[in-house]
Parts: sequence; C-alpha cells; structure tokens
Amino acid sequence: METLVLSRIQFAANISFHILFPTITIALCWILFYFKFRYSLSREPVYMRAYRFWVKLFALTFALGVVSGITMSFQFGTNWPGYMETVGNIAGPLLGYEVLTAFFLEATFLGIMLFGINRVPDKVHTGATLIVAIGTTLSAFWILALNSWMQTPAGHEMRDGVAYPVDWMAIIFNPSFPHRLIHMLLASGLTAAFFVAGISAYRILKGDNKHAPRLALHTGVLLAAILIPIQAFVGDQHGLNTLQHQPEKIAAIEAIWHTEEGAPLVLFALPNAETQHNDFAIEIPRVASLILTHDWNGELLGLNEFAGDHPPVAPVFWGFRIMVGVAVLMWLISWTASAFILRKKTLPTWLLKTLVASTFIGWVATLAGWYVTEFGRQPWLVTGILRTADAVTPIAPENVGLSLTLYLVLYAGLLVAYIHTLRVMARKAVEVEEYDMSEPASVGRAAQRREEEVPA
Amino acid sequence: MDTILPVVFVALMGLAILVYAVLDGYDLGVGILMPNGDAHRADRDRMVASIGPFWDANETWLVLAVGLLLIAFPAAYSQILHHFYLPVTLMLGGLILRGVAFDFRTKASVSFQPLWEHLFKLGSLITALCQGWMLGRYIVAFDQSMLSYGFAVLSSLGVAAAYAYIGACWLIFKTEGDLQRRAVRWARWAGRCSFAGVILVSATNPLVNPGVFARWFDFPLVMFVLLIPFSCFLLFVLNELLLQRMPRAQDRFSWLPFVACIGIFLLCFSGIAFSFFPDIVPGELTVWEAASATESLQFIFYGAVIVVPTILAYTGYAYWVFRGKATKLEYH
Repeated sequence: METLVLSRIQFAANISFHILFPTITIALCWILFYFKFRYSLSREPVYMRAYRFWVKLFALTFALGVVSGITMSFQFGTNWPGYMETVGNIAGPLLGYEVLTAFFLEATFLGIMLFGINRVPDKVHTGATLIVAIGTTLSAFWILALNSWMQTPAGHEMRDGVAYPVDWMAIIFNPSFPHRLIHMLLASGLTAAFFVAGISAYRILKGDNKHAPRLALHTGVLLAAILIPIQAFVGDQHGLNTLQHQPEKIAAIEAIWHTEEGAPLVLFALPNAETQHNDFAIEIPRVASLILTHDWNGELLGLNEFAGDHPPVAPVFWGFRIMVGVAVLMWLISWTASAFILRKKTLPTWLLKTLVASTFIGWVATLAGWYVTEFGRQPWLVTGILRTADAVTPIAPENVGLSLTLYLVLYAGLLVAYIHTLRVMARKAVEVEEYDMSEPASVGRAAQRREEEVPA
Repeated sequence: MDTILPVVFVALMGLAILVYAVLDGYDLGVGILMPNGDAHRADRDRMVASIGPFWDANETWLVLAVGLLLIAFPAAYSQILHHFYLPVTLMLGGLILRGVAFDFRTKASVSFQPLWEHLFKLGSLITALCQGWMLGRYIVAFDQSMLSYGFAVLSSLGVAAAYAYIGACWLIFKTEGDLQRRAVRWARWAGRCSFAGVILVSATNPLVNPGVFARWFDFPLVMFVLLIPFSCFLLFVLNELLLQRMPRAQDRFSWLPFVACIGIFLLCFSGIAFSFFPDIVPGELTVWEAASATESLQFIFYGAVIVVPTILAYTGYAYWVFRGKATKLEYH
C-alpha cells in the first residue's frame, strides 16, 4: 500500500482511539463535580461514595486520553508535513492555546483532584474538580475550533499558497464551529451518561444493594433522557448549517447523485459510485427536501454538481445512518428507563441488562458522526485550500506500515485491558465500598436509613 | 518584531524543553529505578506515590515544547519529525505504556498487576532511551555514518542514566528510611554513569561537528564558555561528595542533591543551546528561516505572556500542596 493510504489509516486509528476517552471524561468530570457539589451542600455520604467510585474510573479513562492525545501532537509532523506548511499559521496558534489554556490546567488540578482530598480544604477540592471540568471543556473548544476551520475556513487570506490569519475571531468562530462544538459536547454528555448508567446497572445486577450505584444509575439515565431530544434538535441545526456551507457533504449523506427538487429521503440503499445510482433503495418521497429546506419541493444539490471533488458516498451515507439509528436506540432506552425511575418503580432485570449492553453505545454514535464529518470533507484536508493527498509525508511506506502495526497492537491491547479493568473495578465495588469517612455518625445513620427505603 | 519574535519563541521552547527534561526526567527516572519482585511492593507503591500527583502535568511540558516547535517553526517541525519518524513512534509507545500502567498497576485484576508493573518500568526506559537517541541524532545533524550512530547509542544511555540520577535524587528528597537509603545508592551509581556520559558526549560533539568546535574554541570567548562544562563537572563531584554523607540527621539537606541535578541539567542544556543557536535544524535552518508568520506569533505571544506565569503559579501551588514526604499511596 502507499504512504497516503497507510497514513490516513494511521491517523484515523490514532484519532478514533483517542476520542473514545475524552468523549467520556469531558462530561464525566461535570458529573463528578455535580456529585461533589451536592455532597458539599448536603454532606450526604452517598454523594461522596458515588464520587469516590467514579473518580477512579475517571482517572483511568483520563490517563488513556492523555497518552493517546500526546500521539496526536506528533502526527501532523511525522505524517502530514504539508498540513503545517500550508495552514500552520492558523492551526499552530489554535493548538497552542489548547495546550496553554486547557492541558496544563486539567493536568495540574487533576493531581489535586485525585490525590489531594486529604491535603486541601473541601472547598478547594471541589474547586479543583470544577477547574478540571472547565479544562476538559476548553480543550474541546480549541480543538473543535480548529476542526471546524478545516471544514469551513474563514478569516484568512492566501499568499503564495500559504494561509495567513487576518481576523482571529472569524477564524475561531467560523461558520460551522458553534454547531459542531455544541453537538460534540452533547455527544460527550450522552456517552458519559450511558457509561455511568451501564456500569451502575452492572453493579446492581451483581447484587450491589447500596445506595450509591442507584444514585449514579438514576443520574445517568435522567441525564441521557434530557440530552437526547436536545441533541436531535442541535443535530438538525448542524445539518442545515452543513447544507449551507458544505452542500457536497449533505449530497453524500443523503446519497443524492443528481440535483433534484422534492428529493426523497433514502432510508436504505447500496450507493453505487460507478453507476451513480442507489441500488435496492427504500425511499420516502420528498422528505429529504422537507427536512433540509423545510419545503416539500425544495431543491437539493446533487453530487453531479461537484464532479471529482465530492466525498466518497458509502462511508458518509452509512456513517450517518448508524449515528441516527443509535440515537434512536438511545432515545428509546433512556426514556423507558426514565419512566420507571420517575414513577419510583424498580428497574426490571431486562432493562438493567439493556443498560449494561449500552454502556459504550455513545462511542458508536460519536465515532459514526465523526466519520461522517471527516469523510465528508474529502478529498480536502482543509476545504478548498489543501487536498489530503498533497499534505502527506514522503516517508517510505514500510516505515508507516511499521508504526501503524505498533499502534494497532498497542491500541487493541489497551482497549481490552481498559474494558476488563472497568469490570474488575465495578465488581470490587460490589464487595467493598468506602465507609471509612469522617462523617458525623448521625448523618451517616440517616443516610443508611434512606438507603434502605430507596427502591432499585 | 519580525526578528525578535522568533528568538523569543526559541527561548520559550528552550525553557519548555528544559522544564520537561527536569520534571518528566525525575518521574521517568523513578520508573526506570522501580525494583522488581514481591519483596519491594511497598517501595514501589511509595515511589509511585511520590510522582503520582505530578506526572501528568510534567508530560504536558513535552506537549508544550512540541507545540511551540509546531506553532513557531512549522518548517523545522516537519523536518525534525521526518528524521525522527521511528524513534518518535517508539517513544510515544513508551509514554503510552507508562502513562496507563500508572493506573492499571493498582486497578487491574490481581493476576495482571505484575505485568503492568513491568510495563511501567519498560515504558519509562523506552521513553528515556528514545529521547536520548533523538538528542544524539540531533547533535550530529542527522549524519548517517556508523560513528554517528554509535554516538546516538551513547547519548541514549547517557540520557537514561541522567533521568535515573535525577529520579533517585527526587526519591531522596521525597522519601525516608530504608527506601531513602537505597535511593542514595541508586543516585551515586546513576550519577557516575551520567558523569561518564556527559564527558563522552561533550568530548565527541566538537570532534564530529567542525562548526561546534570553532564556536567553543573561539579564542577570547573560550575562557568564558568553558565555565559551562567546568561548573557542570564540579557540580557532579560536589554532589557525589554530598551523597556519600547522605542521609543526614533530621533529614537535613535531603533536597540538595535534587537541586544539584537541576543545575547539571541546566548547564548541559546551555552547552547544547550554545553549540547550535541560531540553527534550529543543525546546518539546515535558522530560527528566522523556520519561523511562521508574524501575525501568528503575535497572537500566541500575547496569550503566552498571560498564561505561562499563571501555569507556573498553579504548578507551584500543586507542589506546595503535596510538599513533604510521600509516605503512603493515598489513591484518591
């Protein structure tokens, strides 16, 4: 294989593996702050127990995110020198601000958050948790600003084939940035919510009768139930924004080969790039036009308008359908479970098992969504400025093959170890949980009584 | 502004590299020194506890250093990483392994914990060796001769020894009792190896690089610049004399060997910087040729002026919170 193909696979492998962990930790840190803040207000030990369990899982997940993220800062140089040479003036400062404002903040206060609970006053510890949450979110802010600029560049000028900044506000708040940032933060919220609910359900199924896993289960389920309709709305807005700025991506998502008015919504099809036609299509007439233009007869541009310059259809088309399908599942599961919780009924075993099975459901939707948007930008690395093929390194394919193999072996091993260790930690928590807290005895007993009253 | 900014940024990058070498140097060193075997389980826990709250922030200095290279000198970034394709990949593998082993060694199921202990040590060693290799290749300007590759091997061993040296001195500072006494022995061993490494590298560098030789032995300046290696060697000797008398009653001066190590790192770094400045890719690119657009440098410069002191302040705060001896592993 050639260096270009191998480098693309390597970048996709690195970034896909990396994004798994921040997607959990960005929102999980806010959930931890919620537990810690509620504890600071009420002094109810159950919040502290929930915090103490989840902070361990957070630390493990965060460590995986940190180390897989360091890889990313080297990738541009090792495999994509053309990227820095062409748009380094824009990408450099955005990445720099991520390091300066986010990485140091989260890394330093993480130490206090994880190891400092007995060394600093309670308020300072709660503050450290908040600062780490802000740090992870700021990190998402900068990296999505850069990614969005690559999708919809603005605020720059080209001189001798190199991009120069003109207006930094226009660069950061480029047309697709607000939609993409909110969409990603909500995706993180949903991923973390199902992660928390799934592992809590696992503990309950293993016979954990304590209050803390139920509290976490309810928090996760209700959070997911609240976020999913918001995400559907934001996703729709994001789609409209894409139609305006990257119509070729929408044409690929909807598999519209030829410009038409009143375009049908393709539910299922095998897009055929050779015949420029959808095989075995199942369509609902006019609905794609209705969704995207809010008009039954609205005109949608087809791929024929972008001959040679449009993304490959199949991965974009399928990625989008997987994302939406998984979102529908998430909606069903979270609302069903919420119905039981809001009526103060015990969650039945089948529902708990469903939640366990959906522990990592957010990963599927997040990855599918990112594949849609990143494949959807091809053949461009930076829309209209730099083609992916022109940015790749001249390094011999053997070397890239070697590094790719190393990464894949490492990542496969780590993913197995991660999931296995989560299970070990959940099981350990069923048997032992921290009761060794310096709580006033009366509060402890009151909480104990409440624990017995709370239904599963 | 056009000529000053690249110099400001290369200075900032130098600072980031130096701080990285000191900070991640000591925690990689602690990883390299981890003793094997069941008998040393408690020692290992204490050693990990001494670096636990810091390692993540320490590694961030590497991201900052690479980030500054990428932001300020994109052309040099591409060229250097092109030369370092495989060592960088291997180093990242090492960093990944040790970073996650940190958590897995206590959280994984009991049967896998020894594996993660080994991976922690191995990852630390791989990272140090790769960094030393890259330093050696950089110093010889990526020359392809056998001699130069031999030099890189020497340099990778030297860097691993130097990290073990500063790691052992960190342990003298942060631990007590039996472990502290062992750390003194480690420090003396690693110190002697580092000393040999530094002497060999300093002697070879001007011999393989005619430009470097000319610069160091340029006559009126020679008296002054030779102070750098001279003070460095003196610090090694003084530290060895100090270590022979360690630990002292009431734990007096337990911080001093670590400070001496920082001095040695600073002097070695100054020596290398003096050999090459203003080249950023030796013999190929100067900092001005490699610098990115002035608009970009200005935008990040204003931010850095505000943010870098803030980072230093809260880093200081974190070290203050975790002052004193690391006695037991207080996991969360």
